[in-house]
Amino acid sequence: MRIDRSMLADFARGAAFLGSGGGGDPYYSLLLAEAAAARSGPFDLIPLSDLEDNALVAPCGWIGAPTVSVEKLPNGREAVAGLQRLEDLLGRKIDAVLPIEIGGANGLAPLIAAAELGLPVVDCDGMGRAFPESQMSIFNIRKLPACPSVLTASCGSLTVIETEDNNTHERIARALSVALGGIAHMVEYPLTGAQAKANAIPGSISAAIAAGAAIREARAARRDPFEALTAALRATGLYPHCYTLFDGKIVDLERETRGGFSVGKVIIDGFGGANRLEIDFQNENLIARLNGAACAMTPDLITIMDRETADTITTEKLKYGQRVKVIGAAAPEMLRDPAALGYVGPAAFRLGLEFTPIEALNEKETA
Amino acid sequence: MRIGVDVGGTNTDAVLIKGSRVLASTKQTTTADVSSGVSAAIGALLSETGAAPSSIDAVMIGTTHFTNALVERDRLDAAGVIRLASPSGEALPPFTAWPEALVRQIGGNYFLLPGGYEYDGREIAALNEAQVRAAARTCRARGVDSIAISSAFAPMNAGMEHRAACIVRDEHPQAVISLSHEIGRLGLIERENGVILNAALASLARHVIASFEHALDRLGLKAPLYISQNDGTLISAAHAARCPVMTIGSGPTNSMRGAAFLTGVSDGVVMDVGGTTCDIGVLVNGMPRESSIAVDIGGVRTNFRMPDILAIGLGGGTRVHLDPELYQSDGLADADLRVGPDSVGYRLVQDSYLFGGETLTTSDIAVAAGHARFGDAASVPELSAAVRKTIWRRIQTMLAEGVDRMKTTAGDAPLIAVGGGHFLIADNIKGAAAVVRPPHASVANAVGAAIAQVGAQLDQIIDYDKTPREKALARMREEAAARVAAAGGAAGTIEVVDIEEIFLSYLPGRSAQVRMKAVGDLAEIGPASNPAADPAAKVRRAH
Repeated sequence: MRIDRSMLADFARGAAFLGSGGGGDPYYSLLLAEAAAARSGPFDLIPLSDLEDNALVAPCGWIGAPTVSVEKLPNGREAVAGLQRLEDLLGRKIDAVLPIEIGGANGLAPLIAAAELGLPVVDCDGMGRAFPESQMSIFNIRKLPACPSVLTASCGSLTVIETEDNNTHERIARALSVALGGIAHMVEYPLTGAQAKANAIPGSISAAIAAGAAIREARAARRDPFEALTAALRATGLYPHCYTLFDGKIVDLERETRGGFSVGKVIIDGFGGANRLEIDFQNENLIARLNGAACAMTPDLITIMDRETADTITTEKLKYGQRVKVIGAAAPEMLRDPAALGYVGPAAFRLGLEFTPIEALNEKETA
Repeated sequence: MRIGVDVGGTNTDAVLIKGSRVLASTKQTTTADVSSGVSAAIGALLSETGAAPSSIDAVMIGTTHFTNALVERDRLDAAGVIRLASPSGEALPPFTAWPEALVRQIGGNYFLLPGGYEYDGREIAALNEAQVRAAARTCRARGVDSIAISSAFAPMNAGMEHRAACIVRDEHPQAVISLSHEIGRLGLIERENGVILNAALASLARHVIASFEHALDRLGLKAPLYISQNDGTLISAAHAARCPVMTIGSGPTNSMRGAAFLTGVSDGVVMDVGGTTCDIGVLVNGMPRESSIAVDIGGVRTNFRMPDILAIGLGGGTRVHLDPELYQSDGLADADLRVGPDSVGYRLVQDSYLFGGETLTTSDIAVAAGHARFGDAASVPELSAAVRKTIWRRIQTMLAEGVDRMKTTAGDAPLIAVGGGHFLIADNIKGAAAVVRPPHASVANAVGAAIAQVGAQLDQIIDYDKTPREKALARMREEAAARVAAAGGAAGTIEVVDIEEIFLSYLPGRSAQVRMKAVGDLAEIGPASNPAADPAAKVRRAH
């Protein structure tokens, strides 16, 4: 499959949805990818199954603060510099790249490197959505090493991180990103083809493109974009259950920073005032409660969207008075096994309740 | 006394205001040269009231001129762009994602030069004077006389933009210079887009402002001239000539601020019913609630603050779709009736039954049901009481749904009904505590322009662990007040009307992006007597 310039906006729209409220607005990533496509033509997207077992594949993404990233923009050479250093360190060429995180701005991050280096992008990622820290990726959950990892910034500086454990890697990378002005590019979790095939979340890029295309086509045909989106997600098989959880307007919003995270709660009242949805977030939306009862929780996706345009509203862009629909989707199955839930389930975010799948919470009556 | 003027695409409205009283109002046709329409409108006010030109303290004008110029890509200047952020940002040069035709028109001259700041105030790179000089010389050689300067984190530190402006002025004295920190907020691409559009409007702005001034001169008016900005506050004519792009969203803002002024309601819902749509906005503390959606102007993404408006397809010319055979029936099924979204628009005065046409419109229903009196009620076809009631109720339901979507308080809110089709809003509409129908509602735009307040906005990222929150906010208050005073605000009237505090993720300490807005009454013309002003500005932690 080839991702041509016309599909990039669909990709960005779908990646924004898969961010589950986090991952940042992909608008600037989209501009970068469009510029790269204009220079070098369409991108090659290959399925995971096409990878040779002994291939070298490199996950890429940006680490830092979304608010800073809208002022301090990339120079376009960060990803290439990081990937080339990884090649030097490992003494061989990289065969393909993938996004560490499909959700938000990072979903499109590897496209620029792919264009510059002439590499294919693998149709997969490391999170199946967005999460706040790199050790929440499936690669850490599956005990793969994050290092060697290369951090680069627009000023031209480059740092190689070699740590024993992945938590230390995340801590060092986070501190470095701050020292570099709040935003940096990171290549991490270098994988063999076999490791990627066994562990990456498969098909998430094509799922993002399909979700974005469904919204665009529905808008153009004046059909309901939310029905189109949920149908498209179910059809991917990766996000098999999908629901419109709520329709209403934001009547209250609280947020603060705790330990570097934007933590808060948004309250959405239904039109007519009968029902209320409360969403707790920590960068990403973590749990949604309908009239007090949980109706979706991490790692399942909870995304707040503009009810007219079906544009995703990330948590930093939530605003009092917005008219929204809330869409919930089952996370890829790999994120729901007991080992994964320890990293990305409700217990990992101290929500104080057991994980219940979104389909169990929303199909009780019909089951 | 003050005069407020709203120059729209079709009509030029004007009002004469004393204190909070509207003494006279007029509607004139907008003329191609603008100037004669404005002088006709002001002239009509003066002759109607017999007011002497010397009794006018100030003239305020709101105009759609610059918006139209950008949308129609008409009379734009070539602009040079100097961006101070390298090596950051080189992957996204100026004009990225602009419509190609617009780039061709503006010229696409840009220079990526070292400079800009980090979020914590360090320099990304030092300003290179020689390179700025060379860029200015290149512009001059190419005949590019309008120059936009942007720099990373300029809303937090404008130092480098000012230094670069001095260098450009030195090399290219006749250049008109636009600085990004004067135009927009955080978000480099959107702010830079805004400042480029501003630069492209430079000649037109000088011409339009000069023609406004010419109109005042012709009438012997010596009063200072002010222009309305997007947020409803005023800037001097000289400032508007320099920052025309700041006026592009003033229309709906003026209409809502005018509604607040005419009624004294500072918190409530404003419904402006026209021929085709009903625009619904919300007043918070006398100001329109802002939209959070990125604003596209002529195909270019910007981050200007615009009012949050919900437009529903229901106005005085909206068509009522109902089989004529059912006009006399005893009851209607839901599916029998559709109201809108199509409208006869300005053809209401030919096409509706009231004016001898053959189309059933909401106006026909309102008149037939006794909610309005105009046109020839006798030519509206006979409708059974049940049908009339069902249609009227459907209209009320559609309007009430719109109110409910916009309202963020649980209880009923006061509702201000303005616009030519305000009779469509029933007094007992659901969700409204009371429906207020101010006199002069049809010239609310011009009234909004005449509200004599000036303002200033600050946008900063502050680490509260380094600067305690109270101290940081106090310092911002001081700076905001100083800027309002510099814009002509009278000491003692300056107040902070809005503080928005967004805590930032992934940065050490407790960093927050703080936006502050302050307003004050214009010093030379005394208090605006704006009954809507509420001195108690709340910190809205969650916007």
